[in-house]
Amino acid sequence: MTDTTIIEGKGRTLWGDVWDQYKTHKGALIGTAVFAFILFAVFIGPYIYTADPQYLSIRDKNQGPSLAYPLGTDQLGRDMLAQVLHGGRVSLAVGIIAMAISLLVGTAVGLLAGYFKKLDGPLMRMTDLFLALPLLPLLLVIIMLFRDTLRGMFGPETGIFILIVSIIGATSWMHTARIVRGDVLAQKEREFVMAAKSIGTPDRRIILRHILPNVLSPIMVSATLGVANAIITESALSFLGLGFPSDFPTWGRLLFDGANYMTLTPARVVWPGLAISLTVLSVNFIGDGLRDALDPRIRGR
Amino acid sequence: MKIPNLILAAAGASLLATTAFGAAHEARGRDGNVNIIYWQAASIMNPYLSGGTKDVDASSMVIEPLAHYDENGNMVTTLVDEIPTVANGGVSADLTSITWKLSEGLLWSDGTPVTANDVVFTANYCMDPSGGCQQLAKFSDVTNVEALDDRTVKITFGSAKPFPYGPFVGSTTPVLQAAQFAGCSGAAAPTCTAANFKPIGTGPFVVSEFRANDTITLTANPNYRDATKPAFATLTFKGGGDAASAARAVLETGEFDYAWNLQIAPEILAQMEAKGMGTVLSGFGPLVERLMINLTDPSASLGDTRSTVANPHPFMTDIAVRQALSMAIDRPLLVEVGYGKAGKVTCNVLPSPAIYDSPNNAGCEIQDIAGANAMLDAAGWAMGSDGVRAKDGVRLSILYQTSTNAVRQDFQALIKQWWGEIGIETELKNIDAAVFFGGDQSSPDTFQKIFADLEMYANNFDGTDPEAYMGSWKCSEIPSPENAWLGSNMPRHCNADYDALVAEMAGTADISKRAELAIAMNDILMQNYIIIPLVHRGNVSASANTLAGVKLNAWDSELWNIADWSRK
Amino acid sequence: MFHYTIRRLIFTIPTLLFISFVIFFILDTAPNDPTGNLPLTIPPEVRVKIRASLGLDQPMFIRYLLWCQQFFINEPLNMIEQWFDITIGDGTRLRVTSWSTRSPVVDLVVERLPQTLWVVGMSYVVGILIAIPIGVISAYKQYSWFDQLGTFFSMLGFSVPTFFTGLLMIVIFSVHLRWFPSIYDTTHKVTDWSSFVFQVKQMIMPVMVLAFFNAAQLSRFMRASMLDNLQQDYVRTARAKGLKERVVVLTHVLRNSLIPVVTVIALGVPQVFGGAIITEQIFKVNGLGQLLIIGIQGADIPLVQTLTFIFAVLIVLFNLIADIIYGLLDPRIRYD
Repeated sequence: MTDTTIIEGKGRTLWGDVWDQYKTHKGALIGTAVFAFILFAVFIGPYIYTADPQYLSIRDKNQGPSLAYPLGTDQLGRDMLAQVLHGGRVSLAVGIIAMAISLLVGTAVGLLAGYFKKLDGPLMRMTDLFLALPLLPLLLVIIMLFRDTLRGMFGPETGIFILIVSIIGATSWMHTARIVRGDVLAQKEREFVMAAKSIGTPDRRIILRHILPNVLSPIMVSATLGVANAIITESALSFLGLGFPSDFPTWGRLLFDGANYMTLTPARVVWPGLAISLTVLSVNFIGDGLRDALDPRIRGR
Repeated sequence: MKIPNLILAAAGASLLATTAFGAAHEARGRDGNVNIIYWQAASIMNPYLSGGTKDVDASSMVIEPLAHYDENGNMVTTLVDEIPTVANGGVSADLTSITWKLSEGLLWSDGTPVTANDVVFTANYCMDPSGGCQQLAKFSDVTNVEALDDRTVKITFGSAKPFPYGPFVGSTTPVLQAAQFAGCSGAAAPTCTAANFKPIGTGPFVVSEFRANDTITLTANPNYRDATKPAFATLTFKGGGDAASAARAVLETGEFDYAWNLQIAPEILAQMEAKGMGTVLSGFGPLVERLMINLTDPSASLGDTRSTVANPHPFMTDIAVRQALSMAIDRPLLVEVGYGKAGKVTCNVLPSPAIYDSPNNAGCEIQDIAGANAMLDAAGWAMGSDGVRAKDGVRLSILYQTSTNAVRQDFQALIKQWWGEIGIETELKNIDAAVFFGGDQSSPDTFQKIFADLEMYANNFDGTDPEAYMGSWKCSEIPSPENAWLGSNMPRHCNADYDALVAEMAGTADISKRAELAIAMNDILMQNYIIIPLVHRGNVSASANTLAGVKLNAWDSELWNIADWSRK
Repeated sequence: MFHYTIRRLIFTIPTLLFISFVIFFILDTAPNDPTGNLPLTIPPEVRVKIRASLGLDQPMFIRYLLWCQQFFINEPLNMIEQWFDITIGDGTRLRVTSWSTRSPVVDLVVERLPQTLWVVGMSYVVGILIAIPIGVISAYKQYSWFDQLGTFFSMLGFSVPTFFTGLLMIVIFSVHLRWFPSIYDTTHKVTDWSSFVFQVKQMIMPVMVLAFFNAAQLSRFMRASMLDNLQQDYVRTARAKGLKERVVVLTHVLRNSLIPVVTVIALGVPQVFGGAIITEQIFKVNGLGQLLIIGIQGADIPLVQTLTFIFAVLIVLFNLIADIIYGLLDPRIRYD
């Protein structure tokens, strides 16, 4: 999280305060528990439930939930539970890392553009440019230029992973940047910033200590939406043949592939859909809790 | 009864039609409106400027060729009374010219007469060097097209043409009205938007509104040659969406009467069909889903000579490996999973028309994992500790590429598993179809470059003559940097015997002799496992149960007999 | 503010020119090809000729300049001719022509605009109308059951993609209940009451699916921003002064909370014109989104270039509008 950098070095008491406040936020606690459960399920789960997500047991295709297949099977007889568990690893990793990249870039651009008048024009015109770029052809170009290089350097799966998180990160920061900038424009005219300026506080400190904490709310919302966006975008990429190899399950992909089988085997769409929603919901509540906990005005109450 | 929430105008029109023509069962336009959905929307009504199936099919309702193929692949007359042959004197004895005679009294939809001049004009329109005509291949070797009189056209070829039915046979080369397209030849072709959207034709329908890539509204042609046809007064041709939603609109909601190209999972289609509102139809042309083996080395380290004949493939050159790959595949299962009714097992790359179907390669339908393992053992490919076979340090590890398509990705997953069982490791790669089939010089992912060990796609040929198709695998067709990767011999197969057969076929007119040659060529490819056929694919479409007269045709436009369609 | 606006508008021209070049460069570099979707029965030699006839054998820079000439000079002239019914010069100018339909791109855009504005625009309006009250109430009554429910639905709306919700609605409302058509009729014209009812029926599903998605996002920003402002000192001051709660919340807090919301809406309006690719595809609305995706799939460079450029103009314009609105909402924000 970006916010840790601000508080670092302030000593244990502040962290204690933050944690105390965080604990009182019921939603945040539930969110944390659900998120921890999801993490546990996707990272430890496959060692407990050892079915191979890529094994095709074609005679058992399109089955509903049963003892042998707790969540049923897909059209090639792959075990859905195993696929959801394995798929979660990639989806969570893509969702969180891509969100972090996009948030980092977006917040940095937004803060700089909002605070420094000289940077505002160039940075915002760059944002306009990125907003205007046609995504699909851009992706095709990126894939053409970098897929084989990365595949050669890191192997097919890691290479594609790096490519995907960078693509999603690099093409989704603009909203955050614009939103943060808009808020910074208003914040920097507030009395406390004026006050800090007048006593000669360096810009870096003003931005990090005074402005950033006050624009945290929209950043947290962007983070939540960013996770969902990244998980879904990943599935769109693999549909274009730009993502992971086709036999490599991810939540978005499972949902996409299952959509047409909705009436035949509903379990195929319910579980990946639920997994994505629960993740996003829990990230949202964690974000809510964190924001409240990091806000000194609330913490005192 | 049809569903009420139909397009209102359509319902109104149908009501009007039934009251007005209540008793007249044979009157034109008696059955009101018919709705057709093509999930790939038509973008233009001129097949010379867009050869996409959707565009050819849409335009086939309006503009017509001299002769068609019927649902069995036989030629039938359209604007002529007789198919010219050597026997009836229509084709010259030296096979260098063909003379067509138009039927008497044909009218364009604007009421003017159809003349031989229109045919001559259309040929010159397509053969104009700056027009970018997409059907140019149909006019290959044509040296001259002339009107002998108002109704007679003579097409002369530069060399003997054993099969002279390229131009003006089948919906890809219809006759355009010279008067309408007069200013549209060559570089001006794309500027004639009005003509390209609303061509004047001889077909059963006339375009009344054309919304590119969306909806075409058509009405019955008042000057159509059969006064009792078409049975429908208006026709809505809707585009957009995807195959599953098109199927749903016919089979589940009944909003549409006919849906084209329903390439979706067979079990979903069967579930929709069970609703009882419509029927799934299939028809088989020569389309075969196949694996193309790359006989050359695709390693990236080779730079410019990657996937060229300069570097033979490290293990695909071993026939035992290629045969084992084929033996490990369970073709009936592929058909069941991917195509259902719309697929058949085939052991030939040329399964159709029936006379060209080789009887010599039967047996591929039985999967033989044990046999494949034994064959690899015998060839010296020893199983490694990681479950992958190797010989002299070369591991049997394959990169398997295809275009992005749900069925193809299912096939990849299945085949990867079977190959895993015979000790061959597979990495899957899928590429956006517009890139894969696009042939962009700068892209490493085109099917011509085949920077992979093998690739999968489907191919077929126009009409019923396989000469050009079988010619794809001669030495001179090998794509390479020298010919800008143009060529259709993806496996880089080069065999003097094969080339000799191709040359012989070009000079043979006798149909049974031609069949023998085509079968011999097919057998060379099959028995050397250069191409591994998987599924003989059919077209699959759905028609509402209230629609009569639909005959699914895989050899020509699916809407070839739209004039005969009616409401039950 | 006026000077700022003028300065920004002047600066917009080089920006847009640069953007148009970058877009062209990307489209040209992309490895998809206009002949890629043609049947394989069309041999490679013919494909080369097709590409040449589309001008693809020319250098990229020449083609870019040609597009500029067609778009910036020929199209406006043509428009003036049509509006005023006059002829300038000989009247035979080459317009920006799509490769797949061989018709002027601008005409295609004009043809598609109504259904896109109706469906996508309406969904945006509905989305905003739902989102703002939900955001305000959720923030005002933080952690009430209303807030929790709102949170749940907005997360659901955002994490479940439209390809899924759209399909689900079709299965329920078109296949099972038979209430609404699953295929949008773009040729339908509203002339009387019953045709209006039909129009509403065919719009309801795509509009709701998109509105749900848009509202989900917007209401989160609204809520977060309201929460921030409710804790500010000026709220306490206003209450202490004895202002009515309604006035405090709806006038002071809401106004100050709108900045992020305005940003999000301004970012979203150009997207209305860009269409909603997936929703249009699912309901067969065939608006601008579908036009764009077909263009991209078929590597129809003139079409995609023109659409994307119009889109870019809107983005730049609406971001400028957002900046001006910031100043109106919060007079302390000054750009000069």
